[in-house]
Amino acid sequence: MNFPILSSLILLPTIGALFIFFVRSSNSQYQSSKYVALFITLANFFLSLYLWIVFDKSIVDFQFVEEREWISGFVNYKVGVDGISILFILLTTFITPICVITVNATIKNRLKDFLIAILILETFMIGVFCSLDLVVFYLFFEAGLIPMFLIIGIWGGERRVYSAFKFFLYTLLGSVLMLVAIISIYWITGTTDVIKLYELGIDAKYQNLLWLAFFSSFAVKTPMWPVHTWLPDAHVEAPTAGSVLLAAILLKMAGYGFIRFSLGLFPDASLYFVPLVYSLSLIAIIYTSLVALMQEDMKKLIAYSSVAHMGFVTLGIFTMTQQGIEGSIFQMISHGLVSAALFLCVGVVYDRLHTRLINRYGGLVSIMPKYAIVFMVFTLGALGLPGTSGFIGEFLVLMGAFKKNILVATIASLGVILGAAYMLWLYKRIIFGKLINEDVKKMVDLKRFEIVTLWLLVLPIIFFGFYPEPLINSIEVSVANMIDMNDLDKINKLALGD
Amino acid sequence: MENLQLIIPELFISIMIMFLLIFGVFKKNSSQLVYNLTTVSLVAALALIINLDAQIQSSLFNNSYNIDSLARFMKILLILSGIFVMLSSSKYIQISKISKIEYPILILCSILGMMVMISSNDLIVFYMGLELQSLALYVLASFNRDNILSTESGLKYFVLSALSSGLLLYGCSLIYGFSETTNFNQIMVNTKEIEYGLTFGIVFILVGLAFKISAVPFHMWAPDVYQGSPTSVTVFFALLPKIAALTVFIRFLYIPFHELGDQWQMIIIFLSIASMVFGAVAAIGQKNLKRLIAYSSISHMGYALAGLSTDTTQGVQSSITYITIYLVMNLAFFSCLFMLKRNDKYYENIDDLSGLSKNHPLLSLSLLVVLFSLAGIPPLAGFFAKFYIFVAVINEKMFFLAIVGLLATVIAAFYYLRIIKIIYFDPEKEKFESKHNLGLKFTLVASTFFILAYFIYPSGIVDIISQININ
Repeated sequence: MNFPILSSLILLPTIGALFIFFVRSSNSQYQSSKYVALFITLANFFLSLYLWIVFDKSIVDFQFVEEREWISGFVNYKVGVDGISILFILLTTFITPICVITVNATIKNRLKDFLIAILILETFMIGVFCSLDLVVFYLFFEAGLIPMFLIIGIWGGERRVYSAFKFFLYTLLGSVLMLVAIISIYWITGTTDVIKLYELGIDAKYQNLLWLAFFSSFAVKTPMWPVHTWLPDAHVEAPTAGSVLLAAILLKMAGYGFIRFSLGLFPDASLYFVPLVYSLSLIAIIYTSLVALMQEDMKKLIAYSSVAHMGFVTLGIFTMTQQGIEGSIFQMISHGLVSAALFLCVGVVYDRLHTRLINRYGGLVSIMPKYAIVFMVFTLGALGLPGTSGFIGEFLVLMGAFKKNILVATIASLGVILGAAYMLWLYKRIIFGKLINEDVKKMVDLKRFEIVTLWLLVLPIIFFGFYPEPLINSIEVSVANMIDMNDLDKINKLALGD
Repeated sequence: MENLQLIIPELFISIMIMFLLIFGVFKKNSSQLVYNLTTVSLVAALALIINLDAQIQSSLFNNSYNIDSLARFMKILLILSGIFVMLSSSKYIQISKISKIEYPILILCSILGMMVMISSNDLIVFYMGLELQSLALYVLASFNRDNILSTESGLKYFVLSALSSGLLLYGCSLIYGFSETTNFNQIMVNTKEIEYGLTFGIVFILVGLAFKISAVPFHMWAPDVYQGSPTSVTVFFALLPKIAALTVFIRFLYIPFHELGDQWQMIIIFLSIASMVFGAVAAIGQKNLKRLIAYSSISHMGYALAGLSTDTTQGVQSSITYITIYLVMNLAFFSCLFMLKRNDKYYENIDDLSGLSKNHPLLSLSLLVVLFSLAGIPPLAGFFAKFYIFVAVINEKMFFLAIVGLLATVIAAFYYLRIIKIIYFDPEKEKFESKHNLGLKFTLVASTFFILAYFIYPSGIVDIISQININ
């Protein structure tokens, strides 16, 4: 493999953005820049699909590794994928074209700038998932803040300035400590290369502090209770495409970071902090589910449900069992699809009625039947009905948790019930009931491009719900290796006193 | 004679100063011509410096004047900044009616003083250079003499600067008293033991130097002088004296008092932390862009000092890298300021930027890049500057300094974001003029491109700087 396929994946969206930026266009030609963006993102999707097909799932090592000298004698630009990261890349390249399609309805002004922001953001997101050097990772991780800040701030709702600032400063504050930790790792081991660090290991006496520094960054980004408050604000004010990217991909960076770095680099510390993560995850699952029940605003409700779902993810990762970690990754992919779809659904009705208040709707089933069907699928996916991808993830996570701690698993299972409660109640209030409001009656059913985007999301949710094999297959070896390599099982046994 | 060959750039600038002074007096209405000739002579001086052998390492005039890799690099940096400042501000001084023949000549004088400072290896030579640059700067600050703010800033700068020069001179005399010499190398030899008088001498000199780079708590002059001076002088203030003062800092701390590291390290750490935090917090409430950038540069000097405080070669190199990137960022920022012109009037309040992105997308994009870079967000150049500093700091296990510094960047991010918010999220105002002279455009494009593209090949500058020999 001499062709630098990963670098092409990273660079292609930026090239597209530069193209859109430099080609002069009048107002009427904005459409053409949309087609350019769509073409680029689709090309990227097919490229990553090709990557997934040629990717050898039975090998433990990182594949398609590229290494170039970057800051001489210090940091190398190093990218590569294993079974875990390839799924996230695929998710990114799949969601981005859908976002580009939705700009049709949602973005009224400065379309060109918006497309550039989305494309640049895609570059950074893919970069996060394939970087194999801590500094390169940090670079991409932080750089993503800039386009997202602009997306929320320029194209957002009424309180966009407040939300954009909150988003930016919260995440920045979390990440600066990670930078200290990364430099400290360099100081301790003399390298920031992740593969070398996996081999070298980090002295146990440093691990706890370093783990906490990484945790501060990932916990804000995940987001975990109690630092989740930026997420509802950011979601509510962001335009539809922004919410979709935020929920589907940006949140997953943190989950990915937990697996790749927290578990991979600091296994001892991870074990030490298991009780902390368990408690925070359980609070997130129960508390934010209860908060979600009380929301008047659709986007806020889905945002809180995201926090609860990410609670399952962190719980699963820190069970440190094969099922738990696989379940978490599956849950992240599934949540990426489902939450993206739910935000698109909210976007659909918001474009028609310009309100997100739940009680302004009701009885949509009789005037928007097509919408009711897809929304049904996504609701069921979100609450984890068997037969949707949401079920597999939650089931595996709970299975991992039951192996470790029955009390934790029981409480987490309660969260599943609460999840069903708020999602079904939301569905009931919007879709069923009586048609009262005059303006609701005038709403039209899904347009063609909306049908396309939403059904594109329905298919994988149901497909992976019935046949999760392709995804599990892809991550199985890498997760097993992660557990093997760090002796997580042995550590577990020691801790349990066997 | 060999000595003279090595200081040809300085000699050339001195001759040009005298020539231009006579030329300007005898030829009527020649202010623009003198301005252009000054720029040309700076370019020629740059060529002369580059022409000198890069490997040369010699001390001239009885070991009181150093021509080495540090001096060479800093002088190139100095003159390059000088050229770009001249290019970007030529239109401004015409419109603000300060286009007099003295203006470019004073700039040349102060550059000459800074070159002497950079090369000095002796307390007396250093003081001479310092006074030459300061005297020129006093006049420049109050150059717009019909404007009350400008006069005030000149006077304020003069009084405070004279005070700090006095302290500095007192420090020099104390050091002379305890080491019996003014030569940096000799001081090192003669001061093996720590004596109180010597410590006091170091402290006084550090205070004087801290004043020159406006480190907290000796920063009081900076906001007023930045705001009051004509913008073309403010950009000069923001860039060139910092290079010279930082070089003297390096020479002073790392040659005569290298072995007394524990005596001055705490002072530098304090100056650094105070500047980083105070600069970040105080800038939040500002309404004037020039005043804001004054606080911002106080904060940035804190980071440069953090690199120096490590007492290692790596730390010094990180500081030099930092100042290099800082220069480019500030140059880009001021170029944007020079473009905020409408009907022959320049605007410098933050509110004037409101909705700029709708009328001037390219200008706003450059400002966006510059501001995010100043805030230290990757992948822009400003991030790398901070990154090198923190690598050096953490290598010395100074975690407290690193964490405080990084938290200060978060605070600072807030006010940079506030400007971006005003540019991008707020409703638009009247358009500014969109025609600018070529030099200004070139400066802006070149500096913005540097900031944006730095991450592609970050080794370039680091490699050059890592060849600088400090001791």
